[in-house]
Amino acid sequence: MDADLLTQILFAAIKTGTPLLFIALGEVICEKSGILNLGQEGMMLMGAVVGFIAAYSTGSMGLGVLGAVIMGAFMSLIFAVLVLQLGANQVATGLALTIFGTGLSAFIGSSVVGQTLPGFAPIALPVLSNIPFIGDIFFKHDILVYLSFVMTFVLYIVVNKTRLGLTLKAVGENPNAANAIGIKVLQVRYLAIMFGGAMAGISGAYMSLVYTPMWVENMTAGRGWIALALVVFASWRIGRIMLGAYLFGLASIMHLVLQGFGWSISPNLLAMLPYVATVIVMVIISADQFKEKLLAPRSLGKPFDPRNMA
Amino acid sequence: MKMKSLLLCLGLLAGASAVQADDPLKVGFVYVGPVGDLGWSYEHDLGRIGLEKHFGDKVETTYVENVPEGADAERVITQLAKAGNDLIFTTSFGFMNPTVKVAKRFPKVTFEHATGYKRSRNVGTYVLRTYEGRYVSGVAAGMMTKTNTIGYIASFPIPEVIRDINTVYMSAKKVNPDVKIKIVWVNSWYDPGKETDAANALMDQGADIIVQHTDSPAPLIAAEKRGMKAIGQASNMSKFAKEAHMFSVRDNWTPYYVSVAEAVMNNTWEPKDFWGGFKEDMLTIESINPNLPADVQAKIKETYAAIKSGELKPFTGPIKDNKGNIVVPAGHSLTDEELAQVNWYVEGITDEIPR
Repeated sequence: MDADLLTQILFAAIKTGTPLLFIALGEVICEKSGILNLGQEGMMLMGAVVGFIAAYSTGSMGLGVLGAVIMGAFMSLIFAVLVLQLGANQVATGLALTIFGTGLSAFIGSSVVGQTLPGFAPIALPVLSNIPFIGDIFFKHDILVYLSFVMTFVLYIVVNKTRLGLTLKAVGENPNAANAIGIKVLQVRYLAIMFGGAMAGISGAYMSLVYTPMWVENMTAGRGWIALALVVFASWRIGRIMLGAYLFGLASIMHLVLQGFGWSISPNLLAMLPYVATVIVMVIISADQFKEKLLAPRSLGKPFDPRNMA
Repeated sequence: MKMKSLLLCLGLLAGASAVQADDPLKVGFVYVGPVGDLGWSYEHDLGRIGLEKHFGDKVETTYVENVPEGADAERVITQLAKAGNDLIFTTSFGFMNPTVKVAKRFPKVTFEHATGYKRSRNVGTYVLRTYEGRYVSGVAAGMMTKTNTIGYIASFPIPEVIRDINTVYMSAKKVNPDVKIKIVWVNSWYDPGKETDAANALMDQGADIIVQHTDSPAPLIAAEKRGMKAIGQASNMSKFAKEAHMFSVRDNWTPYYVSVAEAVMNNTWEPKDFWGGFKEDMLTIESINPNLPADVQAKIKETYAAIKSGELKPFTGPIKDNKGNIVVPAGHSLTDEELAQVNWYVEGITDEIPR
């Protein structure tokens, strides 16, 4: 394998990992507030279709991304109202959101099926892209990839170094205690859910505006589910989510590249790997002594009703 | 009294059958993907629409899309049979067992299963000679490649896909003895993201022509971005890649759906295994790109015509597999039964078939 090809593989791994990174970052914030939203795939598809329609009809890629963000946030707002206000079961509501988003996106997308867009052009960042090797891998991408770098960094700081991050974690760990010290639990959860939705929207837009700049039904092909696995895999740590997303990206690229070299690895086996890794992590987490180390929010999936509080 | 009721009964029966003759033929379709996939299911749905156009109000069609292969399929097919459909098309390989199973319980309903091999008294099968399209693709790819490397995006290692890989390689080699083929299995019929990655991986490794056996237009878009060439699959994909698109091999199900519906209406239907290709217009070459050199365009048309007329049969011996065994003796052309069992690569393909 020559250096050129290696660079290209790693470059492609970043690109493949980027939609996963966006959506998993959104989901981890949501889960840190104690809410499990299984509607990722549905929100992502809605983001993809609305982003594409917006970009296609206005001719502006930026407006496309904006449209996807708003749509993703709106989809998650439906989820938030059902779960937070009406106390609906999070798992069932999330699944319903996925089914709803899959169908609705197909319906509203039917008018643009078969259209294409130029997509975001890659931008080589000055100075940084001249670093040998590293520059070719990280700094010759499109603007959304750079946005994902920035988002990862910002979220890392917010979650780990700020009061806002502490508030978020308090709500996810023990909403009753958080409520007792005056944190508005529902408000925090609303914002976390909607942030998750907005990120799922961008992730969808990345698929339909950059990755394969077109709209076809169900084009995310299960990436929303992989993102859910990725959050567990990364044990709710921001930095590991980035690493995990690129590892997932690399795994799927390698399986294609190695075949080109005539290596025969069962593609079924490789397709399975992310899930196997996730199952292993799941098994480890379910042992209590590891729970705290792995940072799984303790109230994840449990409803909170302030009206039941004294 | 007895006579009278018998006559009444006969009268009712006559009446009933008269009503039946006026009733439209109800036809149900089961699709594996969304009709908006722009590939396989999309073309089946165009076939359904073509059927409606042809017969007007003499047929009534319904379809169920996005049906997973497995237990759900059985439920969906049963539902369609219960809803009074006279004829049901199930359009994916994985629907084979559910179709045969449901057909046993509904002996009055006619079933047609695409790409399968299990038939019964009321189950027929049908399949496309996709390898005819691949032969044309291979010739064009062999003439156009500058790197002498054709990239092939394959879905699942089933005989149809393996057969088509062989066809592309054999036909490309006829026009370009130095040609090589690189094969990447994506393990999916439809995943635009993965198909893009596969196309890029192949181009990274020197392929400059992409041939796909998956259903989305994503590989064409990827080729367009990098100034390479590609061939549309299943439907006319010319609008996705103005420069890269060489031509499309389109599936056209309408002629078959019309002929089956007609046979059912006339009570002449019988379970057969039908293979259709260029000759029946069930496979067509569309939108040859005018930016291709004139000799390539001419060769595409000439190859198409030769296969259509039956003068050129792609799997005619002598053909050796890549282990040196003669798999098609000289002078023999593979029969449909033999074609359905191709599980070897032809001589010159160095890869192994994934198991």
